[in-house]
Amino acid sequence: MASNPYFSLAVLFVAALGFGLAPLGLAWVWARVFSPKKPNAVKNSIYECGLESKGDAWMQFRSAYYLYAIIFLIFDVEAVFLLPFAVAFTGLSAAACAAMLVFVLMLVEGLAWAWAKGILTWA
Amino acid sequence: MAVDNELKIELGKQGVFVTTIEELYNWGRRSSVWPMQFGLACCAIEMIATTMARYDLARFGAEVFRPSPRQADLMIISGTVTKKMAPQVVRLYNQMAEPRYVIAMGACAISGGPFKQGYNVLKGIDRYIPVDVHIPGCPPRPEALIQAFMTLQKKIDEQPLTGADRPRHLDAEAQGEFPVPEPGEHDLEPTSNPGVWTVPVVIR
Repeated sequence: MASNPYFSLAVLFVAALGFGLAPLGLAWVWARVFSPKKPNAVKNSIYECGLESKGDAWMQFRSAYYLYAIIFLIFDVEAVFLLPFAVAFTGLSAAACAAMLVFVLMLVEGLAWAWAKGILTWA
Repeated sequence: MAVDNELKIELGKQGVFVTTIEELYNWGRRSSVWPMQFGLACCAIEMIATTMARYDLARFGAEVFRPSPRQADLMIISGTVTKKMAPQVVRLYNQMAEPRYVIAMGACAISGGPFKQGYNVLKGIDRYIPVDVHIPGCPPRPEALIQAFMTLQKKIDEQPLTGADRPRHLDAEAQGEFPVPEPGEHDLEPTSNPGVWTVPVVIR
């Protein structure tokens, strides 16, 4: 087993796991055994900057926000792919350039759709 | 103390370090007091200055200002406590972890200060919660806050772990909850917590 080339890796993995879990375990033991406990109703209530919390945290958001998510994705995904495209541009074949053009046009189409729908005008 | 202080110094010169559990425990406690990150008025600016590079509160192990009372054990009342804010301050104090300490910073936190006559100003936060260190000043300079902090450290250091003077978190009977005042018709109700503050008798 020790002759396995991955043996040292396994040892390191176990050590790394120990480094992660040991402090958590110690913290748990400390909290269980040593920490002074003085619970009361005010202390156990939800922390809300000193105010009493009102309502439920599980509220619903308007579904219309998906439009902003889509517009964000258009620019975000475009930026992610445009940068490597620009870096590798001189070494690319015509077919690769055409594929990229199709991809960008698809995103532009999405932008045009959003524009036509009037999402880009604020309020 | 189990070991005579002079003997301890003599042993230290010979390279032998002697300590007690109590000393070690209190050393750990006083060197890791985490203040709560909350400021009420102009004193808070001095408090912020204290934590910055020039005055460097980190030297005392207290640079970690926690944004949640769950992780804090020192409350620095830095400024005027209005009657609108007092319930929140008391509630935050209640939500802090044990053992917890309070520094009343500046004239306002001690007594209402220059705004004492104001209808909406609490005349000292020690009406509702036990204050460990008071620092006068309007506002106190960062050096004064550091002085207060060192006083608190000294207080923690001198606490025995057993007996009547033991710290509150080791005393199962000690009060954990301090009643949160409610805004009443003319004043906060109750106007003070009789457990921590006695109403002074006015003699005319």
